[in-house]
Amino acid sequence: ESHQVLAQLLDTLLVIGTKLTENPSVRMRLVEVACKHLTDSSHGVRNKCLQLIGCLGPVEKGVAKEVESQAAKDVQKIIGDHFNDQDPRVRTAAIKAMLQLHERGLKLQQAIYSQACKLLADDYEQVRSAAVQLIWVLSQLYPESIVPIPSSNEEIRLVDDAFGKICHMVSDGSWVVRVQAAKLLGSMQQVSSHFLEQTLDKKLMSDLRRKRTAHERAKELYSSGEFSSGRKWGDDAPKEEIDTGAVNLIESGACGAFVHGLEDEMYEVRIAAVEALCMLAQSSPSFAEKCLDFLVDMFNDEIEEVRLQSIHTMRKISNNITLREDQLDTVLAVLEDSSRDIREALHELLCCTNVSTKEGIHLALVELLKNLTKYPTDRESIWKCLKFLGSRHPTLVLPLVPELLSTHPFFDTPEPDMDDPAYIAVLVLIFNAAKSCPTMPALFSDHTFRHYAYLRDSLSHLVPPLRLPGRKLVSSPVSPSITPHEDPSQQFLHQSLERVYNLQHLDPQGIQELLEFTIRDLQRLGELQSELAGMADFTATYLQCQLLLIKALQEKLWNVAAPLYLKQNALASAAAKQILEETYKMEFMYSGVESRQVVIIHHMRLQAKALQLIVTARTTRGVEPLFGMCEKFLQEVDSFQR
Amino acid sequence: LSFFCLGPGAGQDVGRSCILVSIAGKNVMLDCGMHMGYNDDRRFPDFSYITQNGRLTDFLDCVIISHFHLDHCGALPYFSEMVGYDGPIYMTHPTKAICPILLEDYRKITVDKKGETNFFTSQMIKDCMKKVVAVHLHQTVQVDEELEIKAYYAGHVLGAAMFQIKVGCESVVYTGDYNMTPDRHLGAAWIDKCRPDLLISESTYATTIRDSKRCRERDFLKKVHETVERGGKVLIPVFALGRAQELCILLETFWERMNLKAPIYFSTGLTEKANHYYKLFITWTNQKIRKTFVQRNMFEFKHIKAFDRAFADNPGPMVVFATPGMLHAGQSLQIFRKWAGNEKNMVIMPGYCVQGTVGHKILSGQRKLEMEGRQILEVKMQVEYMSFSAHADAKGIMQLIRQAEPRNVLLVHGEAKKMEFLKQKIEQEFHVSCYMPANGETTTIFTNPSIPVDISLGLLKRETAIGLLPDVKKPKLMHGTLIMKDNSFRLVSPEQALKELGLAEHQLRFTCRVHIQDPRKEHETVLRVYNHLKGILKDYSVQHLPDGSITVESILIQATAHSEDQGTKVLLVSWTYQDEELGSYLTSLLKKGLPQSTS
Repeated sequence: ESHQVLAQLLDTLLVIGTKLTENPSVRMRLVEVACKHLTDSSHGVRNKCLQLIGCLGPVEKGVAKEVESQAAKDVQKIIGDHFNDQDPRVRTAAIKAMLQLHERGLKLQQAIYSQACKLLADDYEQVRSAAVQLIWVLSQLYPESIVPIPSSNEEIRLVDDAFGKICHMVSDGSWVVRVQAAKLLGSMQQVSSHFLEQTLDKKLMSDLRRKRTAHERAKELYSSGEFSSGRKWGDDAPKEEIDTGAVNLIESGACGAFVHGLEDEMYEVRIAAVEALCMLAQSSPSFAEKCLDFLVDMFNDEIEEVRLQSIHTMRKISNNITLREDQLDTVLAVLEDSSRDIREALHELLCCTNVSTKEGIHLALVELLKNLTKYPTDRESIWKCLKFLGSRHPTLVLPLVPELLSTHPFFDTPEPDMDDPAYIAVLVLIFNAAKSCPTMPALFSDHTFRHYAYLRDSLSHLVPPLRLPGRKLVSSPVSPSITPHEDPSQQFLHQSLERVYNLQHLDPQGIQELLEFTIRDLQRLGELQSELAGMADFTATYLQCQLLLIKALQEKLWNVAAPLYLKQNALASAAAKQILEETYKMEFMYSGVESRQVVIIHHMRLQAKALQLIVTARTTRGVEPLFGMCEKFLQEVDSFQR
Repeated sequence: LSFFCLGPGAGQDVGRSCILVSIAGKNVMLDCGMHMGYNDDRRFPDFSYITQNGRLTDFLDCVIISHFHLDHCGALPYFSEMVGYDGPIYMTHPTKAICPILLEDYRKITVDKKGETNFFTSQMIKDCMKKVVAVHLHQTVQVDEELEIKAYYAGHVLGAAMFQIKVGCESVVYTGDYNMTPDRHLGAAWIDKCRPDLLISESTYATTIRDSKRCRERDFLKKVHETVERGGKVLIPVFALGRAQELCILLETFWERMNLKAPIYFSTGLTEKANHYYKLFITWTNQKIRKTFVQRNMFEFKHIKAFDRAFADNPGPMVVFATPGMLHAGQSLQIFRKWAGNEKNMVIMPGYCVQGTVGHKILSGQRKLEMEGRQILEVKMQVEYMSFSAHADAKGIMQLIRQAEPRNVLLVHGEAKKMEFLKQKIEQEFHVSCYMPANGETTTIFTNPSIPVDISLGLLKRETAIGLLPDVKKPKLMHGTLIMKDNSFRLVSPEQALKELGLAEHQLRFTCRVHIQDPRKEHETVLRVYNHLKGILKDYSVQHLPDGSITVESILIQATAHSEDQGTKVLLVSWTYQDEELGSYLTSLLKKGLPQSTS
């Protein structure tokens, strides 16, 4: 009797119904009850009824036929009737119920489309918002069917018509509806390109004469090779006269929807519009090209989130686009933003953009370097950015190389400071470009090669391996000035050796690894510092031997049964042989080896021989040769002890 | 049936807005502006049109001011104090705060500088402001029992509002100046679907569709940035209120974002007071400022400082906002003369310049200016033009019309030729009639007001009992008697009306004869008619009475043979006035004849 009680009751029934999914007859009964109460005078009751029908209404056609009640048969029609209810809440509920049915897998009828279109002009924002959703659903269901345009004889595809209508809602009075509409636009990918491109077109005029947009002007200036003067008052003076009859101020179509959306008062709408642009641009390269100008403009939005979003969007579509110089200019201006997030997002964007000219690359480099001096903490991200920039545009970098390295055909220029982040940045760009451009290294000067070698080691994730022609160890003439350099390297050498002294305390695995690393370090050091090369090489070789020995011993050859170790045996004997060879080298090929070191070498050799002996002992059948070897070995031990 | 009329000023002219509206017997004056171009009596609207019929206070029910620009409120002290008006003046809170500052400034210039007499005094401004009633957005103010007004947000400048004026069910919306695209410090105009009888809209940009403001802003910032980086000085001549604040916010946020260090100065005076009010009325600004307000009030500028005359000679880059905007006098001109010689410097004109001013000259490309004392000033600095305007363009106007859904549109505050175009478009696209009256012209618009009528409870209950459930959106037919007495309307049942008026009841009966060709006997004909009617009128009770007549509800049908021709039967149909609908339907049915059935 009370409307409230009734509504509550229906609510309870709804919960019961949703729990009893496997019992269709109960659900049918519930739906019937709901249908009966649809004529109730309270909006609350009608609301709940529609909700119930939406959630429980029959989805499969098969169920409907055995039901005697005619009412339950056509749920869609019942709900559709309530699209014109007097209460906006009931209208909203009706649309929501319809959407619910759709979600549960019922194929909605196309006839609803025209009803839904009428609801777009509803007075209440909830209704409009829900109607936009419904239209979107229908446009996805029947994209290709044809609908007539009222007031003319033409017919267009439903998806295009729906697209136009939703675009229209982007300039709705309520921002909730605007956000909804802008979001949905992004997912309408079947729309034809003609309509899509209209969304970015807003016919400009001034005193009834057609005016070119600032974007068009910028493009023209760019193509004519001039730079924007902006100095004249009438710079943007309108040119052609337009026919007054031909101008439609409010098109029902998609005209300028995104222009409005991106200029919206609420940033929620702007973000939604940027997202939609992104999605549409991903599926249509030509649209991507067109929306570029607008996205670039969004980089200067007053709200940081919007800026960030538009930069990310740009990155996502960057495969499809090439930036013009003037656009790049605007993009790069954002590099000075004080927010680190924005700058990093922009670096990521630059990583994957295509630039059209060498001036563009130069501009980008200059701006990035400016950024580097202003915000030194951005170093890593800028280097990374330049790495990709270089590897993407090798041919554009090539003509810039002499300028960037400031080389001169006749004069030697001073060698730049290796620790300057800006110089490193330039080198990163060049080396990455050189990777796919074999002619580039010819332009390098001597110190560049040296710096390459250094960077290849210190920033190996940024500098790719290059195949340099006749890469030589340019030993700079030994001069007293070298001494300060010696210190750190020598120190390094000592440090690495000290590490080795502590070997005994480590587990075998650790020992091996440490040895391997130290050997690598030493070899590198030898290559870089020629005056330390001997020492480093010597130590490296010794450690190498040690390593081999440890490896060989680890196999525990003497414990393994004979047939099994045939393979290891080969390994061990090879190791022994190599150690022998190396020890001889160590003993005789290095000058200035002290007697203590000679002893160490001998010790090593002795160990190797012992190993060899064991190996042969295990492998050879006969005893005679073994005795001979043993004697020889004992002799050697004697001589060593002396 | 109400009419609206357009009074003293405005019409097809920019400047001096003043509109008089009569709506259902109430007279409302919208805006009270002055014309900047004139220095004689023509600068104020001509109130003699009203005063010829007596005092202003008696004639006008209220005055509404949309925003604080002088072309919308400049004549207010003259009107209220010198001509004499004591009724209420409505405006929004920010307008009420800023309006007196501007009026005082204007008075100073005219009286103290130009030495004019016969002008309003400071005291008059104060007295005038005492009559002002401030309103909030979306607050419905009941001016008197019938007249109510409501303000909507309009963008344009701080505190600008659109007003809905409503008497009974008739309403007018006056937009004042408005802006449909948000800018750096204000939001966009918004109105609900109030479906007014008339929308009075400004139409400054009737034939323009503007480019995105982002490009303009970007250009502006880029130019300033480049000059500052070069070490040059930037001069931006502005008027103290409105655009100046927008540009300040723009530069302030840019400086913040880009971490720039060059100083920005704002020439002092009026602006400081105005900025103070901008700080106070945060709720009237846009989303961004309202959101960041919790951390920091955007109008508390970090980088913008007050300007001192001595700063102009400081070395190094700087940006200076200086008044007035057209470089015709004052501080902006002084600074301009100091900086004009250096090609590193730049002047950016953010608005329109009247012919004859220095601003106009340099914009049109003149590089050698003759100053007073026959000095020749060579302009080497760069001159840029940037249009920052806060009026709705053609698209914006159309958008507002779409939002409000008015039945009629009236365009004011624009140029006739341009308005003609827009008018045509509005009529074509919305199918509403559109007017564009000239100055002093009166436009009358007829409305279709719905008139409320009291219905007696008994009648309502009786009528609803007959029909189905009441459906609110559909009209319903009812029978009753309308009594118009003492300016009130009542709907009562006929019996009650008779009783009240002391009249006797009269019956009105219609009779009609229908001739039917039927050779059969009379009672057979009757039977055929009976069956026929019974077949068609299923919902009504059709009865065959023993005396040979048929009744359909209360309608009587009798059949007699024609006196001369026996083959023709005459059907007599008789019904009362109350059954008119059914009766006439029945006769037309019978006139079509009976179906040729053989039985």
